[in-house]
Amino acid sequence: MAAIIQGIGAATALTSANSLDTKKSFFSNSRRSLSVGAERKGRTFVVRSDGHLSYGLNGRGRRAEQLITNAVAAKEDTAAASTSSKPGHELLLFEALREGLEEEMDRDPAVCVMGEDVGHYGGSYKVTKGLAPKYGDLRVLDTPIAENSFTGMGIGAAMTGLRPVIEGMNMGFLLLAFNQISNNCGMLHYTSGGQFKIPVVIRGPGGVGRQLGAEHSQRLESYFQSIPGIQMVACSTPYNAKGLMKAAIRSDNPVILFEHVLLYNLKERIPDEEYVLNLEEAEMVRPGEHVTILTYSRMRYHVMQAAKTLVNKGYDPEVIDIRSLKPFDLHTIGNSVKKTHRVLIVEECMRTGGIGASLTAAITENFHDYLDAPIICLSSQDVPTPYAGTLENWTVVQPAQIVTAVEQLCQ
Amino acid sequence: MATSFSATKVLQPLPLNSTRSAEKPLLCQSLKGSSSFLGSSSHKLSLKKTFYPHQSQRRSNNAVVAVSDVVKEKKSKSKSSSSNLLITKEEGLVLYEDMVLGRAFEDMCAQMYYRAVSTGFIKLLKKEDSVVSTYRDHVHALSKGVPARQVMSELFGKTTGCCRGQGGSMHMFSKEHNVLGGFAFIGEGIPVATGAAFTSKYRREVLKEADCDHVTLAFFGDGTCNNGQFYECLNMAVLWKLPIIFVVENNLWAIGMSHLRSTSDPEIWKKGPAFGMPGVHVDGMDVLKVREVAMEAVGRARRGEGPTLVECETYRFRGHSLADPDELRDPAEKNHYATRDPITALKKYMFENNLVNEAELKAIDKKIDELVEESVEFADASPVPARNQLLENVFADPRGFGIGPDGRYRCEDPKFTEGTAQV
Repeated sequence: MAAIIQGIGAATALTSANSLDTKKSFFSNSRRSLSVGAERKGRTFVVRSDGHLSYGLNGRGRRAEQLITNAVAAKEDTAAASTSSKPGHELLLFEALREGLEEEMDRDPAVCVMGEDVGHYGGSYKVTKGLAPKYGDLRVLDTPIAENSFTGMGIGAAMTGLRPVIEGMNMGFLLLAFNQISNNCGMLHYTSGGQFKIPVVIRGPGGVGRQLGAEHSQRLESYFQSIPGIQMVACSTPYNAKGLMKAAIRSDNPVILFEHVLLYNLKERIPDEEYVLNLEEAEMVRPGEHVTILTYSRMRYHVMQAAKTLVNKGYDPEVIDIRSLKPFDLHTIGNSVKKTHRVLIVEECMRTGGIGASLTAAITENFHDYLDAPIICLSSQDVPTPYAGTLENWTVVQPAQIVTAVEQLCQ
Repeated sequence: MATSFSATKVLQPLPLNSTRSAEKPLLCQSLKGSSSFLGSSSHKLSLKKTFYPHQSQRRSNNAVVAVSDVVKEKKSKSKSSSSNLLITKEEGLVLYEDMVLGRAFEDMCAQMYYRAVSTGFIKLLKKEDSVVSTYRDHVHALSKGVPARQVMSELFGKTTGCCRGQGGSMHMFSKEHNVLGGFAFIGEGIPVATGAAFTSKYRREVLKEADCDHVTLAFFGDGTCNNGQFYECLNMAVLWKLPIIFVVENNLWAIGMSHLRSTSDPEIWKKGPAFGMPGVHVDGMDVLKVREVAMEAVGRARRGEGPTLVECETYRFRGHSLADPDELRDPAEKNHYATRDPITALKKYMFENNLVNEAELKAIDKKIDELVEESVEFADASPVPARNQLLENVFADPRGFGIGPDGRYRCEDPKFTEGTAQV
């Protein structure tokens, strides 16, 4: 208990400093990628988050409006210049999540939120800010620090007709709810012979932050991925964050929505019109010919940074944000493999038993004949995330490693 | 064993004696308005002797008492009705039939349940009310109205089972009868029950369904009361005044672990007042006493006055499971409880009060024997699940299996319908 309280204290204390830090780093990152994007607009290298650059293979009803947006549009001058003329509105990733949540709460009175500090405090990363005053304390329920029990409560509420969105103040805390998530979220629909549905969304900030220490910088996808009956998606842009949030709430399956602590302050212009994304679809970030790079969440930006270098070196990588961590969109992935014949996976997940390991297995099983080289999987190291900044950087995959891996693959 | 522990487990006089007695009236007052559970603490000593036979040598300590709620036999005083009887003939027959059903069913399965508790509580419920049970859930399902043949078929792993053979003995569910499980890990059902109670409140207050007065019963054992989920949910239930009743079936043994060796304060009902809800202790071998407590608690919950913790003293007549050699429990202890068969006690009460005659009960016995017999035949004759059932119900929305290499949803593949797809 003491550890939890301490942990929350730490998360809260670090929130503002951390997000500032994030913003800074993304300003610099994005400036670089944006400049490339600007130079090459109209050709191949435009960073888009809506996936419409995909080569016409996803005919499964994308409802999203076609709207070209910069995935990392945090550059203030462009933003200021564009607000009046362009359609849509600009917001930060956490605001996009809130917008999606709010729209669904408006649409369906059975949608409710529960978790630590989601109500009066507005959420540790402000995803639920302003919702408690609007919808009341019961619909936006501040729970005691009792992860296993309030998650179980969400499941019981879902079984009896509600659609709870359960927030883990930090995704890592949900390890304390692992029993409820695995036994009841994942398996209860099956054990009940299909009688009870568990339409919950479990979401929260996760991933490796900046010097938050091991417990607050977990890579939980690997832990959750083998639970039967659960879907997992990871958002990476304001556009897909909102669309996935709405899709997750509407799904009758339990969905774990991974948000990344370092991405909450990404800014992007998104459509004014309502849109819902497809939970099962991957997102084409950058079409290319030479190598398929599969990634998700924050590593998408490390990949795009590397892509810039690679393009300068004459490579034409195809970047796919797999987005759906379980199940994989084998169609989008397969088509890319059939085109490039080379696969690089870049993930922040643990190396052992991680998403990349599963993805490698799935590609080998399904598309082995199309591969011209062994799949390379860059995962973070199998170490507890270190506190020291230097060690932390060496734990997760850095852009330079991605460049080297592509060069090796394309030899 | 008990003796060696008793020396170290004597209740310490509370250092806060004086402040505690100052607090007591406050707590009592807050509960008095809505509850008649408040018994006098003078029941305490006798309670201890009978309920915890191992620890009669324990020193009693009145300072610890916050609320003692042994149900009083003389409750009729407060009743305005002309009859002193606790039940009508019809009610008696319903209770009797349900308990006989439970016994016949469990005899068939070589298990031993707590019929009086299940019957005493669940027979008071409406269909819309929810029940959450543990791994010992057959009888709760039966009491709640799930047909015996469906429960039996589920035990047989047949498609006609209430969960199509996918749940089994420890995972009984019925959406129609609001049996929410069937939870095999200790304590994990309590949060789910709390969630169901939350839905009732939500429907009333958020969705403005003023007539939604549904309550939820959470059944669990004494071993569970050392698990965090129990305490976490007591706290949340009181915080939000949820319509839930926590029913502890205390049989003194968690497989081989004696309650007294595992629980610092073995009087579980006391944990209710500690969280600000009434705690009641009742003889779980007496269906009429259980029923009285249940009526009070269910009524409280329905009126929106919040949760209640009820500790029912029961006993397990057989081992924990077929694999349990049951060597640790004292034969004298077993005999003590064996003399207190709840069905015999109910019969006696009904005969003494001329509610029923022998023939009427015989007819029920016969009916139930036939019913259970028939349920076995039905289950036996029912088909085992075919392969095509394997991949059904993994996801409520089968798109959860994802998109295959051909661009179609994998669940559309005929191999999924056949159950032969590799997932």
